[in-house]
Amino acid sequence: MSTASAPLSRDSRLSRFVNIGIPYVWLGIFFLLPLLIVLRISIAEPALAQPPYTALWEWIDQGVLQIHINLQNFILVWEDSIYLDAFLNSLWVALVCTLLCLLLGYPMAYALATSPERWRVPLLMLIILPFWTSFLIRVYAWIGILKPQGLLNHALMGIGLIDEPLAILHTQIAVYIGVVYSYLPFMILPLYANLTRLDPTLLEAAADLGCRPLRAFWRVTLPLSSAGIVAGSMLVFIPVVGEFVIPDLLGGPETLMVGKLLWGEFFGNKDWPLASALAVVLLALLVVPFVLMQRIEQRIEEGSR
Amino acid sequence: MSGRHPGRSRWPLWTLLAFGYAFLYVPILLLILYSFNESRLVTVWSGFSLKWYGELLHNRQLLDAAWLSVRIAAVNATVAVVLGTLAANALVRHGRFRGRTGFELLLTAPLVMPDVLIGLSMLLLFVAMQQGFGWPAGRGFTTIAIAHITFSTAYVAVVVRSRLAQMDASLEEAAMDLGARPLSVYAQITLPLIAPALLSGWLLAFTLSLDDLVIASFVSGPGSTTLPMVVYSSVRMGVSPQINALATLIVALVAFAVVIAGLSMRQSQRSS
Repeated sequence: MSTASAPLSRDSRLSRFVNIGIPYVWLGIFFLLPLLIVLRISIAEPALAQPPYTALWEWIDQGVLQIHINLQNFILVWEDSIYLDAFLNSLWVALVCTLLCLLLGYPMAYALATSPERWRVPLLMLIILPFWTSFLIRVYAWIGILKPQGLLNHALMGIGLIDEPLAILHTQIAVYIGVVYSYLPFMILPLYANLTRLDPTLLEAAADLGCRPLRAFWRVTLPLSSAGIVAGSMLVFIPVVGEFVIPDLLGGPETLMVGKLLWGEFFGNKDWPLASALAVVLLALLVVPFVLMQRIEQRIEEGSR
Repeated sequence: MSGRHPGRSRWPLWTLLAFGYAFLYVPILLLILYSFNESRLVTVWSGFSLKWYGELLHNRQLLDAAWLSVRIAAVNATVAVVLGTLAANALVRHGRFRGRTGFELLLTAPLVMPDVLIGLSMLLLFVAMQQGFGWPAGRGFTTIAIAHITFSTAYVAVVVRSRLAQMDASLEEAAMDLGARPLSVYAQITLPLIAPALLSGWLLAFTLSLDDLVIASFVSGPGSTTLPMVVYSSVRMGVSPQINALATLIVALVAFAVVIAGLSMRQSQRSS
């Protein structure tokens, strides 16, 4: 084999170069670099120009370089209560929806993981299927259900539960419903993967030692599925903080969320630097949950090796 | 995990599961039902009709947008499958290479990053690139495709990576021992074995692209309106029966594709 080792190592060096290098360069240029540019634009000033912001530096004289750093955007975000409220409300909506997804998703994932083996794949398919159809259209479906003359009010009045239509559409409640509906599969899938990997003999041991099923669930199953809980929760929480479509279509004027505000600053007011400042703050808020998710994922991976 | 559950304790769980499925499916089923409704109102059923499908097929703006979206989605899915497979190779085959943590970070972040952040940052990059060296001149097909490829790659990598990690390495080792070069081992042994994952990765990337409103809105230019952008502007006006018809067509198409993919995956699992 010694004769084969020389070309092999050349091949393996080439393979490293291609496999690691090409995706790395692509993601570096089109994912990491843009985030740095956002940071740079967030300290620019809006200007009536093409593109609509000032340059970071300019040569004003021979050998004199002027660097403009404008912190006004960040001061505005901090001082104007509308931005602060939007951030707080976004975090609140994401938190409430993550808990609701967990409350509904955990029992569903548990039921799937403990169902007879031949049912699992079709049942799991049914969880994934809505995820493959258009997100926008699924959110839109709720407009017809929740609006004052919509199907829900129609049904509730039909059975005499309420006398006049409930105002649900264009409130925060509608946003909760829409988010839980759209993000539920993201919670169920990691939980399901985690629960199917649990060793059933642990539960049997607990039962043999006289532990009741419910207690065994609390003492054995739940702690062992903590990695799945964290992974699923982060898959819901992080994107929901910056969600735009759901609060825009289902929320009302009082549903302040940072995604909607950023969209408005960019498309409505054409204030690119302020939109960038909002993006920078949003990114900073999401770093902690993201690092948490990444560490859990590495732990799962090391555990399965 | 198949615990020994007495039948009594199972039924609350099954009820909840049924409720969960109802929650996921009732809105879609209602859209499908009302796409055949003659009336424009959602709550009134005034008879079966296909007229909204007829109107949909004559909506020039929507059809043009759909065609653009499909082309972008196909280019996106194809490039993303290549990049995502390379990335999955790197993660599964190259162990603890230098910069692995950063590599994994770059592959995970696009999965959870809010769309407004990706969209805004991509646009600013394209503007800076245009200022710097004149490419891409203007925004449209190319910029939307690049933005979609970037996040789709991360999804494809997840799908292909799990398949690669589960794969039986003995076939590759056998081929290697018989003197096959790594590249031909990869092409003749590995690729056929991971083909189902490549197919589902391609379909996933295709749907993600077809579905994206926010990122495309940031990086598109005049004259490049994608399907979700048309849907969004008509949805903002209120409930529109044409969109119900469109939803029905999308659901039918997706259900068809998923069933095909599922069958082919089962087939390949059986044969391997």
